[in-house]
Amino acid sequence: MAIFGFGRGKDDAPGEKPAARPGILDRLKAGLAKTKQVLATDVRDLFKREGRLVDDAFLEELHGALVRTDMGPAAAAAIVGDVRDRQKSRVVDPEAVVDSIRRQLLARLETTAAPLASAAAGPTVILVTGVNGSGKTTSIAKLTRLFTRDGKKVVLGAGDTFRAAAVEQLAMWAERLGAEIVRGPAGSDPASVAHRAVARALEAGADVCIIDTAGRLQTQSNLMQELTKIRRVVTKLVPDAPHEVLLVIDATAGQNALSQAKGFREAAGCTGIVLAKLDGSARGGVIVPVTEQFGLPVKLVGLGEGADDLEPFSPERFVAALLDGALAAPA
Amino acid sequence: MFESLTASLSAAFTTLRGRGRLTESNMREGLESVRTALLEADVAYDVAESFLDRVATDAVGSKVLESLDPAQQLVGIVHRELVGLMGPVDHAIPFVPGRPTVLMLCGLQGSGKTTSCAKLARRIKEQGRGVLLVAADLQRPAAIEQLAILGRQLDLPVHVPEGVGADPVAVCAAGVARARREGHAVVILDTAGRLAIDEALMAELARIDRTVGPDQVYLVVDAMTGQDAVRSAKAFNEALELDAVIMTKLDGDARGGAALSVKSVTGVPIKFIGTGEQIEALEPFHPERMAGRVLGMGDVVSLVEEAQRKFDQEEMRRQEERLREGEFNLDDFKKMLQQTRRLGPLGKVLGMIPGMGGMQEMLAGTDIDQDMRRLFGIIDSMTPAERRQPARVIDQSRRRRIAAGAGVEPAEVSDLVKQFDGMAAMMKGMAGLGLEDRVRQMQRLQGELTNPAARVARPKGDTGKRLTADERRRQKKQREKDARRKKRGG
Repeated sequence: MAIFGFGRGKDDAPGEKPAARPGILDRLKAGLAKTKQVLATDVRDLFKREGRLVDDAFLEELHGALVRTDMGPAAAAAIVGDVRDRQKSRVVDPEAVVDSIRRQLLARLETTAAPLASAAAGPTVILVTGVNGSGKTTSIAKLTRLFTRDGKKVVLGAGDTFRAAAVEQLAMWAERLGAEIVRGPAGSDPASVAHRAVARALEAGADVCIIDTAGRLQTQSNLMQELTKIRRVVTKLVPDAPHEVLLVIDATAGQNALSQAKGFREAAGCTGIVLAKLDGSARGGVIVPVTEQFGLPVKLVGLGEGADDLEPFSPERFVAALLDGALAAPA
Repeated sequence: MFESLTASLSAAFTTLRGRGRLTESNMREGLESVRTALLEADVAYDVAESFLDRVATDAVGSKVLESLDPAQQLVGIVHRELVGLMGPVDHAIPFVPGRPTVLMLCGLQGSGKTTSCAKLARRIKEQGRGVLLVAADLQRPAAIEQLAILGRQLDLPVHVPEGVGADPVAVCAAGVARARREGHAVVILDTAGRLAIDEALMAELARIDRTVGPDQVYLVVDAMTGQDAVRSAKAFNEALELDAVIMTKLDGDARGGAALSVKSVTGVPIKFIGTGEQIEALEPFHPERMAGRVLGMGDVVSLVEEAQRKFDQEEMRRQEERLREGEFNLDDFKKMLQQTRRLGPLGKVLGMIPGMGGMQEMLAGTDIDQDMRRLFGIIDSMTPAERRQPARVIDQSRRRRIAAGAGVEPAEVSDLVKQFDGMAAMMKGMAGLGLEDRVRQMQRLQGELTNPAARVARPKGDTGKRLTADERRRQKKQREKDARRKKRGG
């Protein structure tokens, strides 16, 4: 793939303003049409022929395929660099290279397979955080389902007192799933809702208390401090709580997820990630650098809008999906 | 970030400095840095590749550059191309006279459709048009409720489906019929979030499109979207023929490369951007600013505009005058801080100034508002004389008194006085400068602030002209003469 296609476009009149030049969009479209073929290819298709020479063009294609999973240019470059160092100018056995990439990704994600923590005694308190629209409330519904299915008693804390109808949204889920919900009036202090929810869980002898929080961007320092406060309030009631602080990351998110992980880990002391919306065409590759840089394990993955669409994170399956479907073009 | 992009570009071009000619081979490394910057901003891989192709062809050949700083030159070309690719934009919503204009919003789950509906409705209402909101998201629990609450906040009618198990297509059709009946100028349809690969739901969207025939279809895209942006935008565009894009959540630190991807792949322009959770946080999209953001170059144009809107113009003029007269005391300093505060969270303001990107990160851990309150506390504990000339008047005992009054350590008072002293000199120097010089001055200030070892030093005075050895001798003689005369009591 010629990234620096200097030979191309010689026929274009130089010196003209780019906006005035005709056919830019057409050229772009033509370029994209060409790469569509690559888009539609599986990583392993690159090796379909009996052995393939590892040259610059090949490494470039590989780089593109990896970047498209959202793992970011740095992680992609590191993996490509490794393939280059070990196999450059060789005709390689396809399976060996796929294996090497899979092993590398697994090694990066290895630390991350961890079950949800639970309290030694008393209710397990789970705080759920994330940016706006990442899927917090839906993930909470799914979590609740996970626990109630095992016959556990769940108390929900409707801590998103900011967004219009967020409390109603959680209340509807609570009703559907047979969980108790503790709510405060709109605009009330979320920390007080959290406090009451935990108190209620203690009083009712519940097994789990899940606290929802309003979506916030990691750059809003006052809102991030509110998370710190919620945490503190919860700890006052149950000394070792919260047992889990989950960060919900949207699988369609790009490199900003790194900033999210950094911000939420610092302010809320996140202990794990829920990767939501992994049922779409996005692969969620950004968790590769996220787990590597911040050591945050991915605990669960969300795979749909239904209450049952939540699964424990499996690095093997995730990596397989990343390499299998990463290049599948949309319909 | 811009800092690192500039740094890596400068490194790539060190061998070039002075000769300043861009060629295929010497640009390679520089373009590689640009590529990394674009990918880090989440520009789709293929879009980034074709884009760099274009930049490369544009930069070589007859456009040989004679600039002294090829790195800047290249960034300039990249910036210009980015602007060209993302523009032009028409911020107007075309209204149809004589019947309700139907706007439809669609997008992935959690992209911000319902909030954008309300923001859009507010904008249109402000232009004096009646709006009917239609809650057609029957998927997400309480989505209807959410739109109803937002409608109440805006004092606008909301059409909600009757009974359970309603069909979104029927709800939309009924909403449009109601608008016609009641004479609303605009109808906004809030549809359910859906995945681009969910064929059944995409077909439903197409059905609404066919049945209702919206005049404008807007795709709502989360600015934090990664490589997937191209795939979903393309699918929505194929199903619906989009008219524009609304990009949301740009108030965070997302670089928003998706803007470039979506525009390149669909050809659909971005009309508006969402910049906050408040209902008024919807702004027109400006390609120049977005280009800077994607490259991590800050957003000085936005800042200036916002500043002009919110700053008290009269107060500015007065301060400006005082500064020109060489007056700048702690009271002025306090007023200035208060004005800056009115712009919004300081972090957001700083992020818009080129070169201040790092500053924003630095401040992330600190509570600026609290720091400001402490500063105000210290200033308020001073006498007017102390505020006028803090460095000269405040001695140890005064310092102790002020600290006790403000409830801080005496060292903090000294810190403020020292910092202010350096700053005051700089502020006086800034009065009367053009905007460009001011920005440069600010960047210098930042450079000094980010160096933890250094204090903001009083800038060295300018002698005005270079003297010859002879002139210096003559001046010295004159000074000695003056001193002698003084001694004699003349």
